[in-house]
Amino acid sequence: MSALPPYATTGQRIWHYGFRVICGLIFFFLIFPILIIIPLSFNAQDFFTFTPEMLALKAEGYSLKHYEDFFTNSDWQQAMTNSIRIAPVATILSVGFGTLAAIGLSQTHVPFRRAIMAILISPMIVPLIISAAGMYFFYSRIGLQGTYWGVVLAHAALGIPFVIITVTATLVGFDKSLTRAAANLGAGPVRTFFKIQMPLILPGVISGGLFAFITSFDEVVVVLFVGSAGQKTLPWQMFTGLREQISPTILAVATLLVAISVALLTTLELLRRRSERLRGMSPG
Amino acid sequence: MAPPVSNMTDATQTGPVLSADGTPLKRSLQKALFRQKMRALALIAPLLIFVLVTFILPIGDMLFRSVENQIVSATIPRTVVALETWDADSGESPGEEVYAAFYWDMAEAVEAKTHTRLGGRLNYEMTGLSSLFRKTGRGVSDIGEFYMDQLADLNDEWEEGAFLADALGAESWVSAATDAAANDVTAPAFVLRDGVADALPLTAHIYSRFAAQTLAEKDSPLEEDPWEAVYTALYQDLISNPNAASAVSPAAANLFTDAAAAVPNFENIGFKEQFIDIDKDWDDPEAWQTIQAYSSAYTAGYFLAAMDLMNTPDGIARVDEDERIYIRLFGRTIFMSLLITGTCILLGYPIAYLLSNLKVRHANLLMILVLLPFWTSLLVRTSAWKVLLQQQGVINDLLVWVGLVADDSRLQLINNQLGTVIAMTHILLPFMILPLFSVMKTIPPSYVRAAKSLGATNWTAFWRVYFPQSVPGIGAGSILVFILAIGYYITPELVGGTSGVFISNRIAYHISTSLNWGLAAALGAMLLVLVLALYWIYDKMVGIDNVKLG
Repeated sequence: MSALPPYATTGQRIWHYGFRVICGLIFFFLIFPILIIIPLSFNAQDFFTFTPEMLALKAEGYSLKHYEDFFTNSDWQQAMTNSIRIAPVATILSVGFGTLAAIGLSQTHVPFRRAIMAILISPMIVPLIISAAGMYFFYSRIGLQGTYWGVVLAHAALGIPFVIITVTATLVGFDKSLTRAAANLGAGPVRTFFKIQMPLILPGVISGGLFAFITSFDEVVVVLFVGSAGQKTLPWQMFTGLREQISPTILAVATLLVAISVALLTTLELLRRRSERLRGMSPG
Repeated sequence: MAPPVSNMTDATQTGPVLSADGTPLKRSLQKALFRQKMRALALIAPLLIFVLVTFILPIGDMLFRSVENQIVSATIPRTVVALETWDADSGESPGEEVYAAFYWDMAEAVEAKTHTRLGGRLNYEMTGLSSLFRKTGRGVSDIGEFYMDQLADLNDEWEEGAFLADALGAESWVSAATDAAANDVTAPAFVLRDGVADALPLTAHIYSRFAAQTLAEKDSPLEEDPWEAVYTALYQDLISNPNAASAVSPAAANLFTDAAAAVPNFENIGFKEQFIDIDKDWDDPEAWQTIQAYSSAYTAGYFLAAMDLMNTPDGIARVDEDERIYIRLFGRTIFMSLLITGTCILLGYPIAYLLSNLKVRHANLLMILVLLPFWTSLLVRTSAWKVLLQQQGVINDLLVWVGLVADDSRLQLINNQLGTVIAMTHILLPFMILPLFSVMKTIPPSYVRAAKSLGATNWTAFWRVYFPQSVPGIGAGSILVFILAIGYYITPELVGGTSGVFISNRIAYHISTSLNWGLAAALGAMLLVLVLALYWIYDKMVGIDNVKLG
């Protein structure tokens, strides 16, 4: 936004600064709830608000006891283990199948391209509660309901649209003459794929994988229905905690999850820049 | 006659163009194109099959369940057939043959314990049927016992499982089963004696069912007491065929002959009377009307219920005023989703405008403030709001401290519609800002400058020149936010209380608490149609391929 011209009227000045204040308030609304839980998670009391000691910045107002609880409580540790066991496997499945299909979809001649695309994107469109209901009904018919693989397959299906979208977007900028050149120089299709195409689309594949990972890692509706107590994930444990007796440990977990999101966001941003740089280098 | 000119030139001058290996170029190209298409499909196929199996089939299963109603015809098949000829409008309960069919069905259903599920299913259509079926389930064994006792009065042998197994089973099976019992292993599958099925048809059928189920439970029919219904069947069969004794094993023939002579003098009560004795509701045509109305394998009943309608003898009618919940819930879901979309436009538009008009370096920095919430776990954000909005939470504390609110009248900000709207606006705001931002980035600033240089005030330049160009962004963002909002489950469940819940919460309730899966599926199907229609509009406006992430 350009700076105010010297001839601006008082009204224009008020609007200029007023608009910035409004935007500041909206940014505050966006970020405040996420930031506020960080100090609250260090509360020495079992309260969800700032104690007078905390406001006075006294050391005894703060403690790590909620983090300690998270790392020692068997329920939370079990949930953490389950999340770590489920999300990476689901991610590998969706990235593996998804990347292959995205390469297929970006060919010049694909029959029924629109219909196929609609089917592959549909897990992202259909409301989660409907996916969860359908999977619950169908997976209990075939004996997958309440099993580890049931949850993994369901999460992989939910992650696939993100992989498809990010990888096809990367492939749009991919210069096809590179693969032709490789073939011309005698490389087979497999070698061309791993030596030429894969390094160039890797940023897209990784960010698709991160999306798929976070989808599975954050997912709670589907796992509530498809999973059983043995597959209780971190979000599920948080959900029950919030619904029944809300314990401040949730805030400690939330803070840790915010840290994970920041790490993911940074990775994605770095990948995006790398991808742009690589594309800038390739001719055409 | 001279050939047409074009043909002549083709043949004489150019001829078909050939590729290097001598095949016509056209065919060669077609082959290459075909190979290319097949290669693309081969790459897509694994994922397509994966998504079809893990996702599309489940959705199809849900749609199927919303109309599926095989439980009635599967649990009481004979009754369904017998009821076909009964006139539901006659105002009278059906005749004896329906009750007889119902008895045989119930006898099997009670042993398989499926009658309570059927009662539960029919209870959705007529309250009270669930308990009626439970009560009847306990009552049907008395009917069989009535005949069993009379046979046992002739000879105690009749009560022995081994006696009936020996009388009705094939000799080879009886010896194999005796060996199996001695070695403590499960007996082989039951085989009827030759001729029993013709001489004692009812007994043969029900006894075979008994034997099959007993064996499935790893017990031996030689040791278990037969079902009571077997004795009802024996009574009926011996009445209609007094010479049945010739078909059973020689050792049992004497007892069968005696019984055949005695049964005409047995006390007998008709099935209709027996059922009315169990519960007088069986005399009421209404229960039978419900069974008849819902006996087909497919039903629109769940969809009717999902729209607050019901099937009555006089056609489709609305349910009572105080039971109409689903239309109201759909209405509330749509209204609140619209409200959330509206607040998202209101809050998202200034942010997107600011971001698209700042220098790229500054915009990228501020963009982090939008992307961080976008990337933060949904549950983290919901728990943050739950903590903030509580009566003893940070916001109420702050208001009390400032003095806007008295300590004893803290605001109720959560567990109502307000809580849902605040939390969901926060969660969905990035989905509004990002599409708006990408549209606003493409609006050339020179247009607004041109308008101003032609004398437009700031407001006119914005409203007449800038705003119309940003409308596609509003449209895309709004549909996205609306589609996401309308299917939300977690946030309304946690911060919505009872007044702030959506249709999704009701679907979840029917799946996991009330176990009315058919109704859950019907509600889900309606929500799905709504979302797909909106998505179709979104696709027309923006295109699926243009969905951007982050």
